[in-house]
Amino acid sequence: MSVNLLAIFYLISGVLFILALRGLSSPETSRRGNLFGMLGMAIAITVTFLAIGNFSIGFVYVLIFFLVGGSIGAIIAYKIPMTAMPELVAGFHSLVGLAAVFVAISAFLNPQVFNLGSPGDIKLSSLIEMSIGASIGAITFSGSIIAFLKLRGIMSGAPITFKGQHYINLFLGLSIIVLIFYLCNTQSESFFWRLISISFLLGLLLIIPIGGADMPVVISMLNSYSGWAAAGIGFTLENTALIITGALVGSSGAILSYIMCKGMNRSFFNVILGGFGSVNSLTVNNKDKKPVKNGNAEDAAYLMKNASSVIIVPGYGMAVAQAQHALKEMADSLKKNGVKVSYAVHPVAGRMPGHMNVLLAEANVPYDEVFEQENINNDFASTDVAFVIGANDVTNPVAKTDPKSPIYGMPILDVEKSKSVLFVKRSLSPGYAGVDNELFYRDNTLMLFADAKKMTEEIVKNLN
Amino acid sequence: MEIDPFIFRLSIFVLAIFVGYYVVWSVTPSLHTPLMSVTNAISSVIIVGAIIAGMSGDIKGILNTSNIFGFLAIFLAAINIFGGFLVTQRMLQMYKKKKKNK
Repeated sequence: MSVNLLAIFYLISGVLFILALRGLSSPETSRRGNLFGMLGMAIAITVTFLAIGNFSIGFVYVLIFFLVGGSIGAIIAYKIPMTAMPELVAGFHSLVGLAAVFVAISAFLNPQVFNLGSPGDIKLSSLIEMSIGASIGAITFSGSIIAFLKLRGIMSGAPITFKGQHYINLFLGLSIIVLIFYLCNTQSESFFWRLISISFLLGLLLIIPIGGADMPVVISMLNSYSGWAAAGIGFTLENTALIITGALVGSSGAILSYIMCKGMNRSFFNVILGGFGSVNSLTVNNKDKKPVKNGNAEDAAYLMKNASSVIIVPGYGMAVAQAQHALKEMADSLKKNGVKVSYAVHPVAGRMPGHMNVLLAEANVPYDEVFEQENINNDFASTDVAFVIGANDVTNPVAKTDPKSPIYGMPILDVEKSKSVLFVKRSLSPGYAGVDNELFYRDNTLMLFADAKKMTEEIVKNLN
Repeated sequence: MEIDPFIFRLSIFVLAIFVGYYVVWSVTPSLHTPLMSVTNAISSVIIVGAIIAGMSGDIKGILNTSNIFGFLAIFLAAINIFGGFLVTQRMLQMYKKKKKNK
């Protein structure tokens, strides 16, 4: 196959990848979009094989590794429960990062096959591109591993901080630049290995100070990094499909990080430098034994049955308790009683962008009943009951009233405006930001202390 | 004077960033999780580099370090390609409209 024809096929798969993302603008077109993505991938892989054209022993090895990896991937995709999606995505990011590192190593050790020169005499531009790709890939890999461990609960979600952390990171970052410089001057293999090791270390150190509920930002950021790593390798290999994909993924992750930060009213650097949760003094709250109205499933069922409209506000607690199916049942019973039910999803609810939407979709909640913050916030004022299940900080009115609060300025869901509020929560403990929620103590709030799933199931029993 | 091919690739890269910017902003927030998993899958197109590395050389040279890293990269990227696209498909199958609208 001629080089030009090959380049055109790579361009086609790049365009198909753009269409794959484009499809996600609505659920109806999304499945077709995903098929475009698969087609693009199939084209890129097939033409690569055809262009090499040497189906000897190397091809057999390649095929074996491809099929084994592919089967593992397929099994994971079918087995994984939807609640584990955040850690799955983090795990996948780590694989992309590591694959980028491995490809860069291959290219460095055997540059002839990629037309980059010979060992010890690699083209300067290629050397810069592959070292940037390898470095970002390594950061993505080790950072995603930490994110994975934190999300999976193997590692505590609490931020790990120590003195001088940021200076160490700064130092490591500068060393990476210096090493790339020396690598380009000397072409020495030892600098290349050092560059990769230091990048691994930087990835670890960047993510350990970031707390569990900031994971939506971290996951989006690592998504973006994996894209830039791919683009770096794409420049090295002079491959259009890879360059386009890298740019798409890079900007996609960056936009998601921006949306997540905006949802918390925090700057990107504030999150990355490990803001919330690291300051324990924030948990000192004014628990002056304010009276709380304590309710049970019967009260909640009665209240909602007699309401004309209910807005459900899900949060991370719903994901932990796997309460989405019970919740759907509750919504169905309510609808049978003529109650209008809708769902309000805050941008940072859960542990990754869109986390709540996926869980509700899994429970067969029609997506046109699920609303984003800006589309439903005005409806709370005319709603009888707000049913908050596993969310806390995103409903705290203190974000609007107290400039001293760490969550001040965060756009919240106006649940306090509805006639009554039901809070399903295990205890009165403050949320992730360590701020007491004054909503708990209001007259029109009823606290339902229980596991989200059990409570919802009991409410369903009482409704029927 | 000829333009360095690098500049062409850079142009593609910069324009693709802009395309990405507008396309991603038009993604509905409820599909942000599938967006992440599908971007994951497509960035594994890095496998093309791994294939080139893995298929290089003859029978004697097939198990040198460069090839082995190529094989490992193929293995990792293949997990991602199949896992990423299939899990995205599985998620997207779940997004349904209200029945009465059908």
